[in-house]
Amino acid sequence: MNTFLWLVKREFWEHRGGFLRAPVITAAIFLVLNLMGIVTGEVMGRQMGFHLGIGSNNLHLLTQELDKQSMEAVGAGLDLVMYSSTMIIGIVLGFVVFFYCLGALYDDRRDRSILFWKSLPVSDTATVLSKVVSATVVAPLIAVVVGALTGLVMLLMFAITLSLHGVSVWHLLGLSHPLQVMANLVGSIPLYVLWALPTVGWLMLCSAWARSKPFLWAVALPVGVGIVIGWFNLLGTLNISNDWYWRGVVARILGSVFPGGWFSEVSGIGGDSPAAVLSSLSVMHSYSALGSMDLWIGVAAAIAMLAGAIWFRRWRDDS
Amino acid sequence: MSAVITASGLGKRYKSAVALDNVSFQVEPGRIVGLIGPNGAGKTTALKAILGLTDFTGELNVLGFDPRKQRDRLMGEVCFIADVAVLPRWIRVREVVDFVAHVHPRFDRTKCEAFLARTKLQPEQRVRQMSKGMIVQLHLALVMAIDAKLLILDEPTLGLDILYRKQFYQNLLEDYFDENKTIIVTTHQVEEVEHILTDLMFIRDGRIVLDADMDAVGERYIEVMVNADRADAARALKPLDERQVFGKSIFLFDGVGRAQLEALGETRRPSISDLFVATMKGTYA
Repeated sequence: MNTFLWLVKREFWEHRGGFLRAPVITAAIFLVLNLMGIVTGEVMGRQMGFHLGIGSNNLHLLTQELDKQSMEAVGAGLDLVMYSSTMIIGIVLGFVVFFYCLGALYDDRRDRSILFWKSLPVSDTATVLSKVVSATVVAPLIAVVVGALTGLVMLLMFAITLSLHGVSVWHLLGLSHPLQVMANLVGSIPLYVLWALPTVGWLMLCSAWARSKPFLWAVALPVGVGIVIGWFNLLGTLNISNDWYWRGVVARILGSVFPGGWFSEVSGIGGDSPAAVLSSLSVMHSYSALGSMDLWIGVAAAIAMLAGAIWFRRWRDDS
Repeated sequence: MSAVITASGLGKRYKSAVALDNVSFQVEPGRIVGLIGPNGAGKTTALKAILGLTDFTGELNVLGFDPRKQRDRLMGEVCFIADVAVLPRWIRVREVVDFVAHVHPRFDRTKCEAFLARTKLQPEQRVRQMSKGMIVQLHLALVMAIDAKLLILDEPTLGLDILYRKQFYQNLLEDYFDENKTIIVTTHQVEEVEHILTDLMFIRDGRIVLDADMDAVGERYIEVMVNADRADAARALKPLDERQVFGKSIFLFDGVGRAQLEALGETRRPSISDLFVATMKGTYA
């Protein structure tokens, strides 16, 4: 177990740039853009001679006299503000994990440092699994923590801005649910593991197998097959649903590292108020994706592909 | 003590060529074996088979393990330096020491740090900032701190300057090697390992053409410096090789009686490189 921990640590050392710096930089840019937006709003407001402060009494009254439904709406809006940063970081995470997996079992073969790693008493299974854990647990965890912290800072930024206009900050903040937001984000990591596994498995299989250009193989192969299927369909000789192939196979083995894809397997998304929409996206609700057959077929396929990756890692002899 | 490596009928075929052709040999503990052969003779393939890095046919036992099936456990007892510069370029000295210390049960951290203290390497330095010689120093410091039974070196000093090369073998002999350890080394710089080898193996076209300890090599192969007037007599004894130096002929004999040769001229032990050249004649022809 100790060995495994150090294997994961090693992955983090090597990919600090993707795992840590990328989300932090994204968050920083996100915050700066928001700050610029707020400042622009303030300045424009002043120039137009429009002072929110004048209406502050009204606003003040407003926050005190919000009925229950609008309070929920305001709270949901604030929660959304917190989620928004994580969503942006989530997209970055998808790209980071995609390219990490593609290089994980290839880069050290190309620069021959695999010969050093293989000179240590570490099994190939442990090596591959440590990379899977890095991609599906470590990277998302860092992204979520950075995202949640960014969300908190965002919230404070808005709250302070509003307080300059006489709105009671703490009352407003009290309407949001930061702990619940964080619990939702952290809670969806296990779901991310299961959902991303087919893509991670496929990319690592290509990474372990390809003698060169793993990206080309990983992308060109499924897309090529899709085109052939489409062509046969056009001729009417084959009865495989094009749509099923692109959505059920290609999207799952190439795009599932982007978080949130599992909502396609969850029914009843939406609602007539922001709060209802948010609650339909909550972690408890999203776990109903576990009831979908597609998710588990993906996991089974991923295990097979990872077994293949381990086998190639053991026997590929080209360094 | 039982043999460290026992190989019998080892074979490996790549698409276009035979890399190992029914090779059998044994390596005893406490030896330093030089595995010498021209490019493409099968040296690296043989080492890869021993390390379980490649599949092969035949029987191979390394320290009681089958490298094909028990590679992970075998690597706890075996170290290897594949050739220079295979340390990952992104890693820092501090990180690689930390990592090996926690992953390798036989690693002695204080020993490693003592070796590193004798070099210019800094803990925060990355491999990509080092010269080739420094990378080898780092790798050697790691490997020497591991109490392994078998050390495999594949062209360890390729591309290093002479200071680093000398120091490499000196460190190995003084601070690492003892009667419980075994070293197998392949290199083209034969002169450098000549004095440290206890055993010599020549490999050519996937076959072992010479496998003997150095004393036996000295008994079997004799070089004689013969004056021109007796050259014909020497040629009659079927020398392996003949070359001219300062008007005299130097003949290399395999298995001819020493007394008989001493009658012809001054005898001496041939250098490994001369022996190698004579044995490998016509390899690339």
